[in-house]
Amino acid sequence: MYDIASWALNIGALLGASYADVRIGDDRQRALSTKNGKLGSASDTESLGIGVRVIADGAWGFAASEDLNRAAVEATAAQAVQIAKASARLKQHDVYLAPEKPSTAEWTTPIVIDPFAVSVEQNLALLIEIDAELRSVRGVTLAETNMNFRREQQWFASSEGSKIHQTKYTSGVGYAAYAFAGSEIQKRSYPTSFGGQWQNKGYELVDELKLIENARRVGEEAVALLKADQCPEGVFDVILDGSQLALQIHESVGHPIELDRVLGMEANFAGTSFLTLDKLRSLRYGSELVNIVADAREEHGPGLGTFAFDEEGVAAQNTLIITNGLFTGYLSSRETAPMIQAARSGGTLRAEAWNRLPIIRMTNVSILPGKQPLTHEQLIAGTDSGVYLETNRSWSIDDKRYNFQFGTEIGWEIKRGKRTRMLKNPSYSGITTEFWNSMNAICSREEWVLWGIPHCGKGQPQQVMGTGHGAAPARFRGVKVGLAYRGNA
Amino acid sequence: MLIRDQNAELVERIRKYSVADEVEVIVYNTRNALTRFANNVIHQNLAEENVAVSVRTVFAGRTARATTNKIDDEGLKRVVEASERLARVQHADPDLLPMSDAGEGSRSARMIPGRHFARTAALTPELRAEMVGRIVAVAEKHRLTAAGIVSNSETAEGIFNSRGLSTWHTQTAAEISITMLGTDSSGWQKASSPDVDTLDAAALAETAARKAVEAARPREIPAGKYTVILEPAAVLDLVGFMFYDFGGLAILDRRSFLNDRVGTQLFGKNINIWDDVAHPLQSGSPFDGEGIGRQKLHLVDNGVVRRLVYARGTAARMQRSEVKDKVGPIEPTGHGFPLPNEVGEAPMNIVFGATNNPKTVDEMVASTERGILATRLWYIREVDPYEKIVTGMTRDGTFYVEGGTIRHGLRNFRFNESLIHLLSNVEAMGTPVRASGEESFDMVVPAMQVGDFNFTEVTKF
Repeated sequence: MYDIASWALNIGALLGASYADVRIGDDRQRALSTKNGKLGSASDTESLGIGVRVIADGAWGFAASEDLNRAAVEATAAQAVQIAKASARLKQHDVYLAPEKPSTAEWTTPIVIDPFAVSVEQNLALLIEIDAELRSVRGVTLAETNMNFRREQQWFASSEGSKIHQTKYTSGVGYAAYAFAGSEIQKRSYPTSFGGQWQNKGYELVDELKLIENARRVGEEAVALLKADQCPEGVFDVILDGSQLALQIHESVGHPIELDRVLGMEANFAGTSFLTLDKLRSLRYGSELVNIVADAREEHGPGLGTFAFDEEGVAAQNTLIITNGLFTGYLSSRETAPMIQAARSGGTLRAEAWNRLPIIRMTNVSILPGKQPLTHEQLIAGTDSGVYLETNRSWSIDDKRYNFQFGTEIGWEIKRGKRTRMLKNPSYSGITTEFWNSMNAICSREEWVLWGIPHCGKGQPQQVMGTGHGAAPARFRGVKVGLAYRGNA
Repeated sequence: MLIRDQNAELVERIRKYSVADEVEVIVYNTRNALTRFANNVIHQNLAEENVAVSVRTVFAGRTARATTNKIDDEGLKRVVEASERLARVQHADPDLLPMSDAGEGSRSARMIPGRHFARTAALTPELRAEMVGRIVAVAEKHRLTAAGIVSNSETAEGIFNSRGLSTWHTQTAAEISITMLGTDSSGWQKASSPDVDTLDAAALAETAARKAVEAARPREIPAGKYTVILEPAAVLDLVGFMFYDFGGLAILDRRSFLNDRVGTQLFGKNINIWDDVAHPLQSGSPFDGEGIGRQKLHLVDNGVVRRLVYARGTAARMQRSEVKDKVGPIEPTGHGFPLPNEVGEAPMNIVFGATNNPKTVDEMVASTERGILATRLWYIREVDPYEKIVTGMTRDGTFYVEGGTIRHGLRNFRFNESLIHLLSNVEAMGTPVRASGEESFDMVVPAMQVGDFNFTEVTKF
């Protein structure tokens, strides 16, 4: 594959590119799902191709093709140079890249069981068993299960001399039960929504999740929600379960810290950010308990944002994003790092596949667990009055990442340290920094889980990316609850 | 890009490699290019070419799909083997119909306007850069910053199967999206068409710029229920959240907001909605994921949901179901997704009916005593699946209207509104136009003036 890459690099140099990099990707995916005991989807996908990125005349060009014959690869590289020269017609200054030492490396996601070595019969048998357990609950009208695996091989080579071969594995599995009764539809998911839990792990993830053990409870809760009380509207102390906190982090921290967004590069689609450059190291983003990192290293865990090198050859790093509540870091790339006087890229340039231009994406943006021992039960017991919200159902935030609203599948009222009545249709909303400054408790390490959000959308053309978010249940003081149904009840 | 004859040869090779009872091949060729700009410079610029060959095989009611972009002999053999291996281990589906045949495909086929334009396919990076240059010139004239895209694409797709079905469609597409940013305001415009020559980059830029200038120094007004004037893209992005519920499988699964509501007066009497792939302002291929022609359907008739859409298999299942007498006509309508899938079918070529008395946006403004004009909506997500409450934000050009005049720009709002309530409170509509948004597929929709729209919070800009 490096020979193929060299054809592209050579043409780039010949045609005047001052920088070039090549990604050859070989991608395999398997997707299985069931619905009410029957096949939903069953597919196997392979994709192979080359993406060439160049700087010529001080501007960027990118071209991609599925054809790896020499003539096609050289034509693709030539096309990238032509595109770069067209870009140069509308530039204000030349692209400058923060220096990065070239690397030669091989890396593979550490896995125990190759998911593609597990038979489809075994996959389906488990999904059908889960489905049967869900539908054994009277009142469940729809049961959905899914299982997804991906193996992504990439060969990266640059005109600076890097040669990096990475193989990443991803596994995802989950299920949902729906109950429809006349005038409403309720839903419960496990381990969480968005198709379940996703990590860069092998098939061992499936064995770890206790899928069968939780199915009946999930079905029962879906049905019970039909008779539950509507979540009241008001201002409450709110406890979020770890999976909902993961999405809260994604939307109200992960996206606003993307430096390309801050610099206006995403203004037309995904938006900009309230985190203007003057706020770095001066904004009180959250309370003293809020410590958030962006950590792509293996030691952080098998998150969807774990790798050895990003897609311009920068080694995985840990960036401190919020430190004891103070805003301390962005997600950056070789092009954007100099704009915050950073000597080096933060290593967050990622692409959906070989045919997409890499852009700044979240890696594993995680909140660190509380330093003091605190279990989930203790957190509830230590709350006099409030609501506990679990599993995301809806999510929305404005285009600068200030005002958000989330809905969850289920909630419980908390009275004098005990969970009391079940609540349906819970929602909460707020302003990002006010919300994070109201965090007054977070559970400790034993409650921390590295959740996966598999389908984050960004870029034009839009790219889908998996991101990891470690979180433990946490409590927030004085949060607006229930506005989503005001005026619509 | 493979031309039709090359695709036919490829399909023949696949059929030779397969031992399945039935085999179906979907071929999708694509060539895309996109020039992206921000801060008045081109900062990303790309082109891509790819092919997808998707093979579905059937063994005695067991089916599965495998897809590849490796079209040499080895790649095609692998994709056939992968599909067959996956299909053999599925549970047999008693509802799986034999694949559609050539007769079914041709009987349902519809003529559509030509959607392939050579100049659009041939748009070069230099020509796209010129168009961006015109947009940036407008921005600089108004002392604004421009961000957006100019893109073009060419696709060729076909469905072939072992029962003689053979369909083919080629299309081009061009898109321009522009955000103009001021110090404390912004404006936006977007347009798409199969023919790049129908898109006027400078005109779109001027409109976006005007909005940004007029929305400067936005003021805050309290959240609450207001009359709202929604430009077509805002309407599109809202109503797009209901059309996946118009499929027969959504009803059978009991996950549709139309459960027990088909045939009822669900919306206002001024609401008529069709699905019509042949409409001159529409785009896309004329056949569905099984090669059946997309039929023109009157989905909503004077506010009554009359019709659902059906893939072949869903229609057969619905005819045997306990709700078959409550869902209107049941027949395959050519709206199915490639099998196997979880969703079934959905209308993808929405056309809103024109009203007898269309009003322009300016006329809607003039008739509004107190209200809000919204250019665009953003990050819309479903809050309640049965009342179809959706939430989202206004963005890029939100204005206060009082006494029939636009007074000033506004800080953006969050809304939580039921689509049932929305379409029951449309006080005036414009002439339907082709619109393009971000949350849903392109549609032919009008601007709308809606009473009592539920804005629940205000953000900080």
